[in-house]
Amino acid sequence: MLIYLLRRAGVGLLMLLALSVLVFLLLRLTPGDPVSAYINPSAPISPEALAELRTRLGLDQPLPVQYLAWLRAALTGDFGYSIQRGGAAVLPLVIERIGPTALLMGCALVIAVVVGIATGIVSAVRRNSGLDVALSVIASLGVSSPAFLTALLGLYFFSVLLHIAPSGGMLTPGVPFSFGDLFAHLILPACLLSIGYLALIMRYMRASLLEVLNQDYVRTARAKGVKEFWVIVKHATRNALLPVITLIGSTIGVAIGGAIFLESVFNWPGMGLLLVNAVNSRDYPVIMCATLIIGACVIAVNLLTDLAYAAIDPRIQVAS
Amino acid sequence: MTVVSMQTIAGKPAGPMRRALGRFFSNRAALVGLVIFVPMLLAVVTYPLWWPYGPNAIDLTALNKGPSAKHWFGSDGVGRDVLARLLQGGRTSLMVAVVSVAISTVIGFVVGAFAAFGGRFVDGISMRLVDLAMTLPPVIFLLVLASIAGTGIAPTILVIALLSWPVLSRMVRARLLELRERDFVVAARGMGAGVGHLLFRHGLPNSIDIIVVYATLQIANAVLLEAGLSFLGLGIAPPEASWGNMLNSARSAAVLEHFPWQWMFPGAALVLTVLAINFIGDGLRDAFDPRSDLN
Repeated sequence: MLIYLLRRAGVGLLMLLALSVLVFLLLRLTPGDPVSAYINPSAPISPEALAELRTRLGLDQPLPVQYLAWLRAALTGDFGYSIQRGGAAVLPLVIERIGPTALLMGCALVIAVVVGIATGIVSAVRRNSGLDVALSVIASLGVSSPAFLTALLGLYFFSVLLHIAPSGGMLTPGVPFSFGDLFAHLILPACLLSIGYLALIMRYMRASLLEVLNQDYVRTARAKGVKEFWVIVKHATRNALLPVITLIGSTIGVAIGGAIFLESVFNWPGMGLLLVNAVNSRDYPVIMCATLIIGACVIAVNLLTDLAYAAIDPRIQVAS
Repeated sequence: MTVVSMQTIAGKPAGPMRRALGRFFSNRAALVGLVIFVPMLLAVVTYPLWWPYGPNAIDLTALNKGPSAKHWFGSDGVGRDVLARLLQGGRTSLMVAVVSVAISTVIGFVVGAFAAFGGRFVDGISMRLVDLAMTLPPVIFLLVLASIAGTGIAPTILVIALLSWPVLSRMVRARLLELRERDFVVAARGMGAGVGHLLFRHGLPNSIDIIVVYATLQIANAVLLEAGLSFLGLGIAPPEASWGNMLNSARSAAVLEHFPWQWMFPGAALVLTVLAINFIGDGLRDAFDPRSDLN
């Protein structure tokens, strides 16, 4: 188990390294001279000063050397300076955005898992009933409507028409911090973010439970006279949950993608908003750092899912 | 292909393609998808023939007016007809989606084929690349690529095409790896068939089902990606109309609150299209799966 864990972690690290090479190359391929980001366009600059600046920034070196220099600095936590935000160090800028995003995504995930699994069970147990069809149609709509559209609709109905939710931000400015205030700002975006994910989980749960309900041991349990409720809850659901757990891990990227749109509609001060603003203003050090941190989170979540899967399903023997 | 396989020859048992079509047309959701999608496509393609307004024509007597007999879906802040922009936006969105999916399908097939037929080394390299491309959330990659490519139709097509081939290449690879060991392929190889012959005479026809299903579902995905990019201001830039950049206008509080028709109609068009294409794609997948007759 330990060897498996170490090997998986090693592979994860390699992936992260490869990712950093990829993003580095992509951002260096951009049209335009990277040095121009560091000069004030309205002030004239002599060719000598430009060459000097280029040398100082290391931009006259070949690409592999530039990459290694960047990597060496990055390993010590120095991801460079934001071009846009008056030269603030990038890492703290990105780190402070992790918390809000994690909060938003965590809440959305909890809602999606709880409601998705519950409706999936109901849908499978009452399959082909009116309720099942209605839930399936809603799920299809949920999967097909993009996060930014649900975000806009939610904002329109709950903030503009009904005035029951704040229209954006994480805290009311000028008011001392309180959990009630945070919760009021959190609940609408979290619910909206959970919709797409919830629909996905519901579909999987329904299909997976239907498959399990056809198994012999479920028939055995029913034949023994176990109450239908316990057959569903204890015998069927526990096994049907297994594929859903993998789904949660493998589609975490979908949730992150949704979070970016939600954050940008609701002005939620998280990674997504930071990344979108950085992309809009071509702030490459920030893009690079944010991308890597998100990539690291995705790799970590995938690793955790695999481990959880191995721990929950006794049929899976981890080869060491 | 459709026309040929629809012809019935008396006494001859129905071929696999015909049975697949039969399954497709008995699938209720897929039919609903067709019923939504086909009229929409027709409207989008033919609108200049029957709708009096152009997407960028300005009617100064109607600024931010709601739906009326004159402008069915209302008009926007500079007096442009929302329906005309919506239909033109549909053209842009579908065109971007179809072209980018065509490109990514070719890349996906070629990479998958090379991984399957190119030996272990090529296989290892290309599949690690695919792993890498699938590590990062697609939207993040999209943002990074878009920040490089810039806005406009061609860059958007490029960005979406570059993003969506890895999954297909993996499916094609799995199918071709299996095919490689089959007797008729071994025989063809033994008779000296070249890579081109193997890929296009044997590989392509035997993986056409996954390619068609993938391409259909991926079109829905590409429509969403384009809309998402344009919504963030990184895809199709105004004045060119697209569903995404029409929705982008709702990021201004005034439009969101007071002129909902300017973003709700494109939003509805987007969801309906994606839903319909997904239904059709799911129907195709079930239709191509011979096991689904058993259920």
